[in-house]
Amino acid sequence: MNGIHDMGGMHGFGRVEREANEPVFHAAWEGRVLGLTRACSVQHIFNIDESRHAIERMAPIDYLASSYYERWLDRNVRLLVEKGVITREELERRMAQLASGPDPAPSHSDAKLLDRMLGVTKERPHYRQPGPPPRFATGDRVLTRNDAPVGHTRLPRYARGKHGVIDRVHGSYIFPDTNAHGQGEQPHALYSVRFDAAELWGGSAEPCAPVHIDLWERYLEPAAPARSTS
Amino acid sequence: MSGAHDEHGHHHREPESVLSLRVRALESLLIEKKLVSSEAVDRIVGAYEQDIGPHNGAKVVARAWVDPAYRQRLLADGTAAIEELGFGGVDLQVVENTPGVHNLVVCTLCSCYPHALIGLPPVWYKSFEYRSRAVREPRVVLREFGVDLPESVEIRIWDSSAELRYLVLPQRPPGTERLSEAALAELVTRDAMIGVVLVQPRAAAAR
Repeated sequence: MNGIHDMGGMHGFGRVEREANEPVFHAAWEGRVLGLTRACSVQHIFNIDESRHAIERMAPIDYLASSYYERWLDRNVRLLVEKGVITREELERRMAQLASGPDPAPSHSDAKLLDRMLGVTKERPHYRQPGPPPRFATGDRVLTRNDAPVGHTRLPRYARGKHGVIDRVHGSYIFPDTNAHGQGEQPHALYSVRFDAAELWGGSAEPCAPVHIDLWERYLEPAAPARSTS
Repeated sequence: MSGAHDEHGHHHREPESVLSLRVRALESLLIEKKLVSSEAVDRIVGAYEQDIGPHNGAKVVARAWVDPAYRQRLLADGTAAIEELGFGGVDLQVVENTPGVHNLVVCTLCSCYPHALIGLPPVWYKSFEYRSRAVREPRVVLREFGVDLPESVEIRIWDSSAELRYLVLPQRPPGTERLSEAALAELVTRDAMIGVVLVQPRAAAAR
């Protein structure tokens, strides 16, 4: 989708500001949001691609006005409601209860869940899955599709309809465009594609600053070899 | 909802107290439904606050500096090479800085980052400023970080858009030939492994 999240190349944002001695979390609730997100993931309530797309579906004005973990919280509530795990009314009621009294939830312990949640930081991820052999090889010239899908995609707007060269063949990975929409994992070839800066930014490109983007084969078409300039 | 709108449709941020209460309520509901435990959330928070951080990636970089064979394995298959040192949780592609090439990692679409190895990304990495500008004017952005590279140095930007994550192998600074592997690891900062700064002979700040 042509969302506000798709920020590569946008003008209007200022200097990159760094925070000295930045804490891992700026408030305790941020860490809780991260932990709850990890639980939802290992409980298979939503996958990574549904999760990203839910953030992309925020109203642009909310996206821009929210902090990172506010967007995560919005995403978690949105998906838990859509998946039928909770209702917004239930959440409002629980907020009111907690504001005026003790937590009514009985404590719960689950050692296996804990192992699975910690395992995510140690085990090999499962996103790489067997798929059809790659159509392109390193050095092949490709043209990215010029498309404006309404759903989730990982082909950024600034790289649509652009010529690039296959820099590396990564192997077969789960396809976000289908996995975000309940259409299956459909793993297939993922490539690192190299784009000259001038191809992306025209005359305002900085010298010697090629951009590499990881792109799935379904984003790509074969392109004729570049004409020699010699 | 992360925000609210007044009758004019203007967005206003919710106070931290409301956000905190909403998160407590969400955790309470998920515990009641036996989908999570407070202990599990505590442990995940603790893991990112204590165990997982740039110091892990720094060990990988230092090993690559002192062991050429390891460096080769790291560049060929980062995922397998970090497992040799006991790290995991990420499909990793390592890109190497050389005198002629400087690498810079960004995620323009969200915040993809090798967090299982070097911890959660800093706020600036997730900022609209960095995400919008790093791909279009990397040299200007690098100068804001104090790095001014000549035009003869190619800047390779890696827009991290998949579940394969990027780590920069910085150049070993001159004058460090006699340092131990552990002392070298002390020099390697988070920002150097993202590619926005160079490793200094003496660690300037604990980033």
